[in-house]
Amino acid sequence: MSDHPTGIKRWLFTTNHKDIGTMYLWFSFTMLFIGGAFAMVIRAELFEPGMQVVNPNFFNMMTTLHGLVMVFGAIMPAMVGFANWQVPLMIGAPDMALPRMNNWSFWILPFAGIMLLAPMFIGDNFAAGQGPAFGWTFYEPLSGQYDKLAFFIFAVHLLGFSSIMGSINIIATILNMRAPGMTLMKMPLFVWTWLITAFLLIAVMPVLAGAVTMMLTDKYFGTSFFNAAGGGDPVLFQHVFWFFGHPEVYIMILPAFGIVSQIIPTFARKPLFGYASMVYATAAIAFLSFIVWAHHMFTVGMPAAGELYFMYATVMIAVPTAVKVFNWTATMWKGSMTFETPMLWAIAFVFLFTIGGFTGLMLGVAPVDFQYHDTYFVVAHFHYVLVTGALFAIIGGVYYWLPKWTGNMYSVTLSKWHFWISAISVNVLFFPQHFLGLAGMPRRIPDYALQFAEFNKISSIGAFVFGASQLIFLYVIIKCIKGGEKATDRVWEGAQGLEWEVPSPAPYHTFATPPEVK
Amino acid sequence: MSASHITKKLAVLFGLLLVPGIALADYTLNMTQGITPVSKEVYGLHQLVMWICTVAGVLVFSVMIYSIINHRKSKGAVAAQFHESATVEVIWTVIPLIVLVAIAIPATKTLLDIEDPSKSDVTIQVTGWQWKWNYNYRDEDLSFFSNLATDSNEARQLGADTALRDKADTYLLNVDKPIVVPVNKKVRLLITSNDVLHAWWVPALAVKRDAIPGYINESHFTATKTGTYRGQCAELCGKDHGFMPIVVKVVEQSEYTAWVSAQKAAAAAAAGDSNKTFTQAELLKKGEAVYKANCAACHQVNGTGGGPFPALKGSKVATKGPVEDHLKLVITGKGIMPPFGPQLNDADIAAVVTYERNAWGNSTGDTVQPAAAKAAR
Repeated sequence: MSDHPTGIKRWLFTTNHKDIGTMYLWFSFTMLFIGGAFAMVIRAELFEPGMQVVNPNFFNMMTTLHGLVMVFGAIMPAMVGFANWQVPLMIGAPDMALPRMNNWSFWILPFAGIMLLAPMFIGDNFAAGQGPAFGWTFYEPLSGQYDKLAFFIFAVHLLGFSSIMGSINIIATILNMRAPGMTLMKMPLFVWTWLITAFLLIAVMPVLAGAVTMMLTDKYFGTSFFNAAGGGDPVLFQHVFWFFGHPEVYIMILPAFGIVSQIIPTFARKPLFGYASMVYATAAIAFLSFIVWAHHMFTVGMPAAGELYFMYATVMIAVPTAVKVFNWTATMWKGSMTFETPMLWAIAFVFLFTIGGFTGLMLGVAPVDFQYHDTYFVVAHFHYVLVTGALFAIIGGVYYWLPKWTGNMYSVTLSKWHFWISAISVNVLFFPQHFLGLAGMPRRIPDYALQFAEFNKISSIGAFVFGASQLIFLYVIIKCIKGGEKATDRVWEGAQGLEWEVPSPAPYHTFATPPEVK
Repeated sequence: MSASHITKKLAVLFGLLLVPGIALADYTLNMTQGITPVSKEVYGLHQLVMWICTVAGVLVFSVMIYSIINHRKSKGAVAAQFHESATVEVIWTVIPLIVLVAIAIPATKTLLDIEDPSKSDVTIQVTGWQWKWNYNYRDEDLSFFSNLATDSNEARQLGADTALRDKADTYLLNVDKPIVVPVNKKVRLLITSNDVLHAWWVPALAVKRDAIPGYINESHFTATKTGTYRGQCAELCGKDHGFMPIVVKVVEQSEYTAWVSAQKAAAAAAAGDSNKTFTQAELLKKGEAVYKANCAACHQVNGTGGGPFPALKGSKVATKGPVEDHLKLVITGKGIMPPFGPQLNDADIAAVVTYERNAWGNSTGDTVQPAAAKAAR
């Protein structure tokens, strides 16, 4: 070990999947707090009617950067972090298939993050909002009006490189490095969901790269892909963006399904119900995600036939999603359940993600979507799916595997406080937003009419509590890394799978000799 | 709080969902029915899907809660080991499919009603601008801009006195010039944009359609009840996206006809102003009003600008530069500044240029007459 670099060099040059997984997770956690701080600014401005805190353009910059940072900085890297740590451990591989590329996929990310956030500080009028302020969906032609667009475009390109390399690595690892005896249909569900997610990423990140490249040439080289005055088409942008954007939604949620499908059987002490149908449902959701994109743009004025097609295809997604929820429920049914911290988060996930699924079905019904579209109803919907969905699964996953990663048990009391405060406040935060949307409050507005005041105030109070409660999470993790009660190898009584066969903490190198899977 | 008290509160909450009409104004929970046949259909469909979801949710959640309460280790539950059943999987794949078909049938009907291309009685072209709406009554040769009302505009400035906000007439949902349409007549909207995307949305009419440069989107409504109905831009369109409301007044046909004549007469009078000569004091007074309605959103009330919007106070164009360049800039726009030529008449342009050249210490002393604005076009 003496020739291994130490200190900062260990982290800069590492090709170890555990080190890289750790870095992904810390990067994600940092971005979660940055994106969360932006959300606090948004909710502070919306605390009461009138403009009290920031300029309208600064507000738009906050909603834009909050979305981009959370999607590309917090949720996606967290999932890749889990993949790095867990995929080799779960399939009995010594490391990822392409370790040096793995290092590069991570180290691109911090630079992409800086490129994305730096424009906020470039210029002499911070309060005016100098960063991107055109919404995380960066619709043309509004984004084309932005004077520092190149920063944003290059940040997206870097994020795309990172994601594509990460995906290639995950696919290569899963397809080539499984332990003898581990057939595809014996893989843990988390591995399956990531395999499918990686294919989605490879399919759509180049589409996003194409979209931003067209923006780049429109802005700086005189082309008119999206410029109507030059013969281009602003609606084309939305088609291209959502061809990426809809699968992107599943890129964030499928690994979350995987994590929850690991946690629930462990604490129900019962095998996952309908493993094969879970795999098929995941694949079905992934396939459908490619053919429903225009449901994000029902109001652009498509022909009725197009609206009907996208409506039918969209509501179809409810079928495999319902199958998943039923299977989780059936896994709990007649189990022998205990409610350790990871299980609490997983159960909250199933309840609250289902609410997000229901509102998703409502939004898919085109004629009613004309009323819901671009209101707080949509904001409530996707936060139920992404916060109480993807983020809750991530937090549950951290509480599930943290003892394996650190070798120490964390403070159960604090982690349960974290859960209960978060689970209650997140509903105070997002549930009233359904009412606001139905009552007619558009999204992305910095100020609102007086009839929206009460629910906005309630929502903001929920937001402040939810935001603050994540500091408990940070404290629990740091305390756990520093020490604590030693975790056993199996950690949880009902845990099944190869990752629980290795010591806690997992040694720097695992499965140098492949295990035998029966 | 006792359990029965909580139950009562919940019952009231659910009751409000069923009877939206009596919901407290400040705690509106549900969509409202609107005042067009289509909006009522949309509302019915919304209720249908929402209740299907609610019932499905209650069923699934009950099973989960029952399991969580009874199948726990602390109660001595022993885990069964069953883990698959093709029959069960088929059943719970088919049931959601049937429910979806039940939703899709009425949804298809409503959608086709919305996209009804039959002949209409009144046609209004709606054009989104950053950050105001232009309405053009195609059959009447009548066109005007509709801006956020001045009292709301003053109250929504950063750090403004909250008393202004509470005093303002329907804060943020009021305009200087609403559109007026006749009741029980089919109104066709031709929606487009001059710059970026906008979306024209009035919930009570169940119309939300994107305004897209280079496209003309069509939408219809037939209001069945007179009254004033309000909405907002629903697609992020930049800095003042939250401040371009929509107000539609639905009136009897006779009142509509009278309104059209009055508007035409007013437009003719305003056009007459373009041939007049004003005193500097008159121009300054008019110019200040035009500036506040059209320019202050970006260049600020005190002319200091901010961010990408240059200051006018002490700027070359508004002080040392020739009047003609100043007029041309206002008329044709530049970069992200929209052209004001199509938005303002000659008298307004002359007044605002006079104002900008004499306000905030820009003491050129210039007086610009409408004739100069006309010549600069």
